[in-house]
Formats: sequence, structure tokens, C-alpha cells
Amino acid sequence: MVIPVTYYLALSIALFALGVIGVLIRRNAIVIFMCIEMMLNAVNLAFIGLADYFKAVDGQMFVFFVLTVAAAEVAVGLALIVAIYRNRGSINVDDLNILKW
Amino acid sequence: MQTLFFFLGAVALVSGGLVVFQAHPLRSALWLIVNFFAVAGIYLLAHAEFIAAIQVIVYAGAIMVLFLFVIMLLNLRQPEESPKIPHIGQKLVGGVLAGFTGLLMIYAYRQATLPAGREMIPGLGNTEMIARSLFTDYLLPFEVTSVLLLVAIVGAVVLAKSRLK
Repeated sequence: MVIPVTYYLALSIALFALGVIGVLIRRNAIVIFMCIEMMLNAVNLAFIGLADYFKAVDGQMFVFFVLTVAAAEVAVGLALIVAIYRNRGSINVDDLNILKW
Repeated sequence: MQTLFFFLGAVALVSGGLVVFQAHPLRSALWLIVNFFAVAGIYLLAHAEFIAAIQVIVYAGAIMVLFLFVIMLLNLRQPEESPKIPHIGQKLVGGVLAGFTGLLMIYAYRQATLPAGREMIPGLGNTEMIARSLFTDYLLPFEVTSVLLLVAIVGAVVLAKSRLK
């Protein structure tokens, strides 16, 4: 019983779209960040599904590198969020309008 | 196998929806852990055992601990208060744009023609194949990744050290 590659891609698209919704409608910077992680995860799922389909290990290698980049991104991003919170006392993205023209 | 896939996919979608639509950031983080575990289960179904283990250890373990730590450090116990302007229009536009993104990806997939899959090379486990690939074909990216992690460590320490001047 092989799972068709379409199923993986459909689930990946659905998870990615959910992440996009979260990024666009939430106002808490940490929740937005978590939704970005979910989108990265959706892309990983597409990579894994296609790697299984082609029986090639390269897709899994890319997932490995995406995981590493995600870990680095989370470390720096959360440090930035903590710094912003210390400076401005809020991580609501509506309050972060200092760059707004 | 397909039943298991549908079950795990449903868990992933429901927990992903709860991540997006929970008012409370801490609950969002906990549902995100459920989501990561479900996706790790799907990786197992796709014969990617090593990646599934890494997913649980790095994502569901390390990264989510970092998230929970920061949420609790910043004391975000109260749910996200409703803003002064309710942003109904923005939510609507956000939903429409996300749906459009999904449709665009479905369209791109239907346009593409996937070449036929190949046969599995027998006799090698998943972890062995990844290790062999990592230290031959992907040696340079692997080393660059270690530099990236070093940069991230230094950046995180500098940012978290004191107030931004």
C-alpha cells in the first residue's frame, strides 16, 4: 500500500495555507513566528513526500538543512522578540509601527 | 497505511487550525507540538525514519521548549486582547490571500508533470543513506551549516545580552 504523492502535496498545501492565514491575521509576534514554523514544516512535508516518490535521498537532505536553518532562525528571532519586548513593553505587531511612514 | 495517513493528516490539520485560531499563545505552542508529532508520524510513513526522529528531537523538543520559555519569560498569560480597531477587513483579506496562495500552488501542481518514480536502492537503511550523502555529495553545505549555527549562537547571545542601545 503506497500513499500517492498527491496526498502528501495536498496536505502540504493545506498546512502552508493555514500558516499563511496565521501570519496574516494574528497580531502576536510569537504566534506569527510559530505559524512561520508551520509553513516551513509544510514545505518539509512536500520534500519528504517527493523524496519517497522518487526514491532519492536528496529531498531528505534538504529537509535536514531546512531544519538547521529553522533552528538558527528561531534562536535569533526569539532573541529579537525578547529585545523588542524589553524596549517597547509589547510584542503586538500593531504597536511596532516605528518604521511606518 | 492510507488510513494511518488520513488520521495523521487530520490531526495535523486540526492542530494547525487550533494553532492559528487560539487566542492564547501558550495553547498555540502546545498545539503546535501536536502538529509536529503528527507530521513526524507522516515522515515515518514516507520511509524517512531519520528525519522523523530529528523532527521530534529538534522541532518538538528544542525549538518548542525555546518558544514556551520565551512565552513564559514575557509573561504572556493573558489572551491576546481584542485590538481597538477590530481588523475585520484585514482578517478577510488575509483569509482570501491565503486561499489564493493555496489555489496557486494547486494550479502549479496540476501544470507540472512529475516524471515516473525510481526503484529503491536495496540494502541501505535510511540513516546510512543520509550519512553517506551528507559526507560526500553535500559536504560543503554541511560545513556551511555549521558556520550558520555559529553565527546564530553569536547573534542570539549579543541580542539577548542587554538592552538595545
